[in-house]
Amino acid sequence: MAVFIQTVVAGILMGGIYALIGIGMTLIMGVMKIINLAHGQLMMVAMYITYVLYEHVHLDPYAALLITMPCLFVLGAVLQRYLLNPLIKVESILPENQVLMTVGIGMVLTELARMIFHSDYKSVRPPYTSMSLYAGSIAFNLPMVIAFGIAVLLTIGLFLFLLKTDVGKSVRATAQNKEAALLLGVNAERITIFTYGLGAALVAAAGTLLLPIYYLFPDLGGAFTLKAFVITILGGLGSTVGAIVGGVVLGVSESLGATYISMALKDAVGMVIFLLVLIFLPGGLKRLTKI
Amino acid sequence: MKALRWQVAAIVAASLLFPLVVRSDYYQHVFILALMWVVIGSSWNLLAGYTGQVSFGHAIFFGIGAYTAGLCATKAGISAWWGMVLGGPMAALIGFVIGWVCFRLRGPYFALATIAVGEIFRLVAVVWRSFTGGMQGILLIQTFRSKLPYYYLALFLALACIYVIHAVMRSKWGYYFVAIREDQDAAESMGVNAFRYKSLSLIVSAFFTGLAGAFYMNYMAFIDPEVVFSLHHISIMAILVGIIGGVGTLWGPPLGAFIMVLLQETFRSSFFGLAPRWVSELHVLVFGLLVIFVILYLANGIVGDWGKIQRLWSSKAGGGAPAAGKSS
Repeated sequence: MAVFIQTVVAGILMGGIYALIGIGMTLIMGVMKIINLAHGQLMMVAMYITYVLYEHVHLDPYAALLITMPCLFVLGAVLQRYLLNPLIKVESILPENQVLMTVGIGMVLTELARMIFHSDYKSVRPPYTSMSLYAGSIAFNLPMVIAFGIAVLLTIGLFLFLLKTDVGKSVRATAQNKEAALLLGVNAERITIFTYGLGAALVAAAGTLLLPIYYLFPDLGGAFTLKAFVITILGGLGSTVGAIVGGVVLGVSESLGATYISMALKDAVGMVIFLLVLIFLPGGLKRLTKI
Repeated sequence: MKALRWQVAAIVAASLLFPLVVRSDYYQHVFILALMWVVIGSSWNLLAGYTGQVSFGHAIFFGIGAYTAGLCATKAGISAWWGMVLGGPMAALIGFVIGWVCFRLRGPYFALATIAVGEIFRLVAVVWRSFTGGMQGILLIQTFRSKLPYYYLALFLALACIYVIHAVMRSKWGYYFVAIREDQDAAESMGVNAFRYKSLSLIVSAFFTGLAGAFYMNYMAFIDPEVVFSLHHISIMAILVGIIGGVGTLWGPPLGAFIMVLLQETFRSSFFGLAPRWVSELHVLVFGLLVIFVILYLANGIVGDWGKIQRLWSSKAGGGAPAAGKSS
């Protein structure tokens, strides 16, 4: 029983970070109607920035959030402005060419990282990473708890932003109905640029929070891109609440899978859930909650 | 049309004579790989370019073909060449099952589902060590030392694949495929059974990709899950071959295959040893940049946007002649 609870706790803590990844993806999906297949790669870029700051400036990874998030916001906005938005005007046979573009962006980012940092594994280990808090016999790994806490704060902040501010309302309006939003004077192009930046900033936060408990190499991006859309599909496309639930569900099921099935098949668990959801619950958990 | 037939005859003749003229094993090898990619790219194009179902999982069929051939040798104790017989049907069968599951989904959702299925196949091949050999892969001994038999087999596969796709696209099926790509609901309202024709497209596509996989096993004599089920090296590469050459055109993917393979080899060998060694690490980066460039400026690939390229060329030359009509 203790093992079970421990597994679930670890899964939920991880799920907090996954939720952050998923929210970024779902925002982009909601507003632009595209799957961002460079999502994990953007996270990888943020992780390398954190790594460089820690190695050379000795900046604490959590303080690095204040740098990685704006950096990735700018990177994301530039990508959207100069690479993705021009495609709306291009005539092509396949409607998926924005998605293919994100594949290209992801490849370029991964290879640039490989050129600069080479393929070896890197990690950031501030002294407190091995500390744990205990509640009875259940251990809470300290960096995971901190990461979970920050992830929750960021999520709350995002919700306030989307619900209360004018820009946030414009984002939601564009996601719901782009034409209507245009008619009401929302500059949809600027909103797409802003949203991609915001999505990139959120996934940057996730990457920075993950770095003290994970390791880093250029190809990590691809694996997390897969996770990101598992989460989004699980939660329902474009639903931010769904992405949170989806993140936690993925975290817990991966954790259970690793403990009770096999460590090697941990990643397959996510894929199987993903397929089951696509087949039996298209529309994701959003369908159940009606949020 | 007649001029085109001459061009095809010329291409076939040139490719038949190529290995007799160029005796270097290395260049023959590059061309064998390119021909294999012609098969994979063209099959991907049948499903994605003509039928509009973008697959990110063609590595599944390639891997199934390769493993069928490999397991013929290691488990069934028969020659791996049986893979050339069994690999295609096996991949087609898997394709049918995957289609049955994934064609409930449309557009980007279908693309996502194929990534997920591909990853599952890769992980299973890695983990199921007693059957597939896990990460050790399967190692065989090549049947022929000369490249010639492999070259002509690859050439035959490539021509057969192009011919079949050409024939399919001229038949009723072809019109149904394009109708589904253009507007699935409209096609269904006209009485096209979208599910059936999407499945047929996938089965033909999977069949040829499986053959290419079985060929790869026999030719390279070594496979492992990270190579044949790889998302990046196979599935994405198939997409790149398709979009660079031109989706929805018969000759786009073959052209794309040669461009991609030659580009890959040029970079991998650091411009055949002329450039410093670090250049060899750039090939994936160049692929990425090429994708971005092609999507931005040649959305329908080199063949699909040939008129546009010609216009650009002639306006630069000052002629400004009207673009020649596309022939397909």
